[in-house]
Amino acid sequence: MNEDNIIICRCEDVTLKDIRNLIQQGFTTIEEIKRLSRIGMGPCQGKTCGLLIAKEIAEITGISIEKIELQNIRPPYGGVTFEEIIAGDEVEK
Amino acid sequence: MKLKNKASVVVIGGGVVGNSVAYNLAKRGVKDIVLVERSFLASGATGRCGAGVRQQWGTRQNCLLARESMRVFENFKDTLNVDVDIELKQKGYLLLAYSDNELGLFKRNIEVQNSLDIPSKLVTPQEAKDIVPDLNIDKLVGGAFCPTDGHANPFKVTYGYSKAAVNLGVEINKFTEVKKIKTEKGKIIGVQTNRGFIETSKVVDAAGGWSQQIAKMVNVELPVYSERHEILVTESVKPILDPMLMSFSYNIYCQQTPDGSFIMGYGPENEPPGFNTHSSWQFLETMSKKATWLLPPLNKIRILRQWAGLYNISPDKQPIVSKIKDVENFYVACGFSGHGFMIAPAIGVLMADIITESEFTYDVILDIERYKRGEVISEPSVV
Repeated sequence: MNEDNIIICRCEDVTLKDIRNLIQQGFTTIEEIKRLSRIGMGPCQGKTCGLLIAKEIAEITGISIEKIELQNIRPPYGGVTFEEIIAGDEVEK
Repeated sequence: MKLKNKASVVVIGGGVVGNSVAYNLAKRGVKDIVLVERSFLASGATGRCGAGVRQQWGTRQNCLLARESMRVFENFKDTLNVDVDIELKQKGYLLLAYSDNELGLFKRNIEVQNSLDIPSKLVTPQEAKDIVPDLNIDKLVGGAFCPTDGHANPFKVTYGYSKAAVNLGVEINKFTEVKKIKTEKGKIIGVQTNRGFIETSKVVDAAGGWSQQIAKMVNVELPVYSERHEILVTESVKPILDPMLMSFSYNIYCQQTPDGSFIMGYGPENEPPGFNTHSSWQFLETMSKKATWLLPPLNKIRILRQWAGLYNISPDKQPIVSKIKDVENFYVACGFSGHGFMIAPAIGVLMADIITESEFTYDVILDIERYKRGEVISEPSVV
C-alpha cells in the first residue's frame, strides 16, 4: 500500500509519508513530530498513533524502540467539557 | 553528529528568539555561528505560549517591535526564503474594557499605536458583539480592536527561522546542554556543553525562562525572574471566534486557532517565582469559569490538554536586549514578560545590530543599563 494513503494519526489526518518525511529531516523524537505535524494533539491525545510513530522512529534511526520516549501525557487525560468542569458552581464575574 | 569545536558566536537557547538572532547574524555575514539548545527547538516558552501576535501595546517601543515583527510574519516565506507555512491568521485582537479607566488606557494606547500606523480603534460593546456574535457583553464598557493582529504558529515560526539559519550556514545543536561558560581574565573563551567544548569569544544568552541561570555562569545577575503561566487547549470545532479576545482587568486571553481549537489562559495571582511548569486543577477550574462566562458556547466544547510555561519577567515588562558591561562579548535577550514570540523577528535584527556594532535598525532603548539610569516606562498591557 502507498504510504501516502496510510493514515497514522486519525485525529489529525497525518499520513505515514508525513511522519517518515519528518523523521528523515532529523525530527527523531515524538515531541518534535507532534509539534510539526499535530500528531497527538487531537481527541485521542496520541493514544492511538504514539506507538506507531515510535516504531517508525526506531526503524529509520536504528534506535531500539524501548529507548524511544512517548509523548508527555497532559491533563485532563481525556476530553472533558467546560460545563463538566464547572458543574455545580455558581459562575460570577 | 559531532559539534563544531570553534565558533565566532554561540547562541544559547533554541526558542524563537535564539533562532531569530542566529538567522539575523548569519544574514549580516557572520560566519561560524553555533546555536545550542538543551532539548528540542521551541521546547520552552516559545512552544508553550498562546500563539498570539498583537501590535496593540502601551509603550511606543513594544508597538514598534510588534509592528516590525508583524511585517515579517506577513511576508515570512519571502523574507526568510524558506517554504514554511506559519499559519498566520489576521482576524484581529479584541481587547475588552470593564471600566472607564480601562477604556481611557486603551484610548491612550491607541494614540501611540496610530502614530506608528497600527490600525487599532476603539469599539463600543455593540461593535464588539458584531465582531464576536457569541461574546457576552454584560458589564462591557467598550473595547479596542486591531484587525491586523492575530495568530501565528510558534513551532512553525521557530522551525522557519532555524531552517533559514541553517541555509545560511548556522550549526544548530538540539539536545545539547550548556554546563559552563569559561572565562579568562573577564573574557569569554568558550562554552562547555554535555556534548563537548566550543571555543568562542562571544555568547548570546537567549535561554528564556532560564536566562538568569545562564548569566550566573559568568557571574552576572540579571534583573529578571521566571513565573509559571498556565494554558489549555480544546478540541477543534467549526470557526466561531475570529479575533483573539483579551482583557487585562477580567484577566483572560482566548483565541480560536486556524485548526479550530481554542487556546486560552490567564495571568496567575500569587504565583511564586520559580521554574515550576506543572499544570494545576485550580487553573482548569478558574479558566473554565472565566472562559464560559465570556463566550458561552464554549460550555459544550471539550478541553483536551493543559500545560504551563515560564514568563521571564523584567522590571518594566519590556525585554532586555543588551550587551553586558562587566563581561566583554556577553549578550542577553531576555525578560520578554510574556510577549517574546510576537516580537522575536525584530529582536533578532536588534541583537544583530548590537553584536555587529551597527546603527540600530529601530529607535528603541532596551539595554540593561536603563534600569540604572532610571529611564523606565512600564508596559501596562500584559496578561
